[in-house]
Amino acid sequence: MSRPLHELGVVEARELLQRREVNARELAAAVLRRVEEVEPRVRAYITVTADLALQQAAEADARLARAEGGLLTGVPVCVKDVLCTAGVRTTAGSRILEGFVPPYDAHVYRRLRAEGAVMVGKGNMDEFAMGSSTENSAYFPTRNPWDLDRVPGGSSGGSAASIVAGEALASVGSDTGGSIRQPASLCGLVGLKPTYGRVSRFGLIAFASSLDQVGPFAMTVRDAARMLRVIAGYDPRDSTSIDRPVPDYEAALGDDLRGLRMGVPREYFVEGMEPGVREAVLRAVGMSGELGAVVDREVSLPSTDHALAVYYILAPSEASSNLARYDGVKYGYSFQAGGSMWEEMEQTRGRGFGDEVKRRIMLGTYALSAGYYDAYYLKAQKVRTRIRHEFEAAFERCDVLVAPTSPTVAFPIGSRVDDPLAMYLSDVCTIPVNIAGLPGVSIPCGFSDGLPVGLQVIGRPFDEATVLRVAYALEQALGVAGRRPAL
Amino acid sequence: MALTRDEVLHIAALARLGLSDDEVARLQGQLSAILDYFERLKSVDTEGLAPTSHSVPLVNVLREDEPHPSLSCEAVLGNAPRHEDGFIKVRKVLE
Repeated sequence: MSRPLHELGVVEARELLQRREVNARELAAAVLRRVEEVEPRVRAYITVTADLALQQAAEADARLARAEGGLLTGVPVCVKDVLCTAGVRTTAGSRILEGFVPPYDAHVYRRLRAEGAVMVGKGNMDEFAMGSSTENSAYFPTRNPWDLDRVPGGSSGGSAASIVAGEALASVGSDTGGSIRQPASLCGLVGLKPTYGRVSRFGLIAFASSLDQVGPFAMTVRDAARMLRVIAGYDPRDSTSIDRPVPDYEAALGDDLRGLRMGVPREYFVEGMEPGVREAVLRAVGMSGELGAVVDREVSLPSTDHALAVYYILAPSEASSNLARYDGVKYGYSFQAGGSMWEEMEQTRGRGFGDEVKRRIMLGTYALSAGYYDAYYLKAQKVRTRIRHEFEAAFERCDVLVAPTSPTVAFPIGSRVDDPLAMYLSDVCTIPVNIAGLPGVSIPCGFSDGLPVGLQVIGRPFDEATVLRVAYALEQALGVAGRRPAL
Repeated sequence: MALTRDEVLHIAALARLGLSDDEVARLQGQLSAILDYFERLKSVDTEGLAPTSHSVPLVNVLREDEPHPSLSCEAVLGNAPRHEDGFIKVRKVLE
């Protein structure tokens, strides 16, 4: 074997396991050894479930011996700590859930287990998925494996960093405004946010329910396609889950883009975008033309500039309502020192939530409060309609849109924490996609000053197959996928 | 749009968030700056546009009203900070 086991891809590992050239226990053990080696520096996991992983790996070996393997049997994965895992502490990166052990599994975790995946641990994240750097984790920041003094992006920073660092072969995260695609871009791997409704949110700890969606991370597009096929599909326990067949995404992958109409919306090449990012993204656009795509540079999404404001009204509003459940009564941290019921509840929430979460609860509560609802919430919902209509018009003339994922490469730890608006601008290219509920993937398209740059491919609702086909063709042509930093 | 200290305290009370004096002062500045940023939406023409609460065209998702297995009482109470005789215990609501 030329590469260490912890650097195997998902499909690759699954084939080796099938041929019994590797067994699931040795693969899990290799990944756990890597976790021990690099985790003190990277800190991708809030909880490492080593014993459980070895037990699940033993079950995987037994299934393989009986020729009963699933799509992921024996593949070690990281699960973002926002997805409930029965019997395994699930914190959402918050002190308020420090001791929370869910009594049930999220649908996505159940799907991963049904196909035989082995869980290495729970990935670090910004508290309640609110953030773009994983610095808002109540536990510790995760570091970017490419430069340990920089952020991995967020909020799914642990899910992204764990794979690049060799601490998992794939992972799942959640994306409300860019929380899968932006860390994928900053860490140099593939991250996909599916269409809203494609993947069940059952057991996903809620942030903003009309925007949240679960999706995969992996080193390659093929591996991400495999992961998506496993987690996608109808679930009656999520009333926004859509009952549509799940295609075999891997079968749709191909090397050329002949006949594909690709739009490059000019509004995404924003002010403040780093020249190295622009260059790498434009190189990928040029490559698309060579692969046969018809590139349309006249596409315009004029309301893009308003998406950030819309998002920072809608998401905190939904969050302020969703997070009302943390009252210290049913589960989670509970401040108990006498005082009235209200005093205890206020102290529970004041002590249990971190700064960013409090800021968003305050923003959302304000936007929904009497006298301001029409000016903020209702207005934002109307602008949301406008943003959706503009995407619909763009998809009349284009099959996919391509854009940068993030206007910058990974930024230094601590550089944006004191300026919430500057941090919010990290997601300016990813947020509109959530607002419109569309699928989007980020793939590595180059490097700028030694740090990865991501290209975003956005598609029509439920057309993940085309998004992945474009991502795969570009990945093959660009030749930058799969690179890992020396750690 | 500058928020007053009283407005910040009023919102915190609505959200049942216990804030320190430092937090109130900091949030007063930060929230004011963010609300200023929101002002840009006022200039967007939304005449005749219906609000979008949801990107997926689904309405009234119903199911048959049939009993299903559910979590056991022990499993549900396992995370409750205070419980007694199979009930979650809360503090007195009325003094």
